[in-house]
Amino acid sequence: MTPPTSRPLSPHLTIWKWGPHMLVSILHRLTGNALSVAGLALLTWWLLAIANGASAYEQFATVAMHPVSIAVLVGLTWAFWQHTFSGLRHLFLDMGAGYELKTNRLFSVMTIVGALFATAATWFILMGVNR
Amino acid sequence: MSAGKSATPLGKVRGLGPSGHNGAHWIEERFTSIGLLLLSLWFLFSLMMLPALDRDTLVEWLRSPAAAVPMALFVLASFSHSLDGMKVLVDDYVHDEGNRVATHFVLKMFAIAGGALSLFAIAKIAFGAA
Repeated sequence: MTPPTSRPLSPHLTIWKWGPHMLVSILHRLTGNALSVAGLALLTWWLLAIANGASAYEQFATVAMHPVSIAVLVGLTWAFWQHTFSGLRHLFLDMGAGYELKTNRLFSVMTIVGALFATAATWFILMGVNR
Repeated sequence: MSAGKSATPLGKVRGLGPSGHNGAHWIEERFTSIGLLLLSLWFLFSLMMLPALDRDTLVEWLRSPAAAVPMALFVLASFSHSLDGMKVLVDDYVHDEGNRVATHFVLKMFAIAGGALSLFAIAKIAFGAA
């Protein structure tokens, strides 16, 4: 079965005025896939390192404490909160609520602001507790 | 799946739709998301509440069933929900059916392997072998 080649595309990305809901939708997919790949690889490595003994954990900790890794961990924390908040938004939308323009816009903006705030709070607590 | 002349109306529509399956995948993705909402918050708050994140503290923590069981559930829900989500991405951008099925297969193998490794690690710690 060959896919049709000369069919016109309906204009989608180019003609819409950008709104927060579009950004949140794209971020949901982006953060979800980042967490799936990098987040789960890290979780698996972390659990195996704990299970495999002191030197294995030492190896993990050395890599994880590198400044670049800390940046990745902060990024994943943000990805987690962004995906969580926008996931909650999706669960509300799935129930048929929150489609009014102003409500939709407000909830979209709230997921972005909430995720940034929650990421900052998470690392504030993590660094305070473990230093 | 072929729908011959003897197929019932339900048999004719099963496995159809743009994604080749019905709403089960969509529902499953929502269910695992609600489970993950609880489990991932438990995971994050547990990490924040531990006195330190060195290995001894973590081993002692994961030896308790109250930590090992939710951690195992967290791993299962995470890999399951990730697989569901990544399949949606593949469905949207990989249009050739053969490539789509092959990509689904590879993703599923990775999810099963990663999940099994993680569960093994949790079991090893929880049963005192770490």
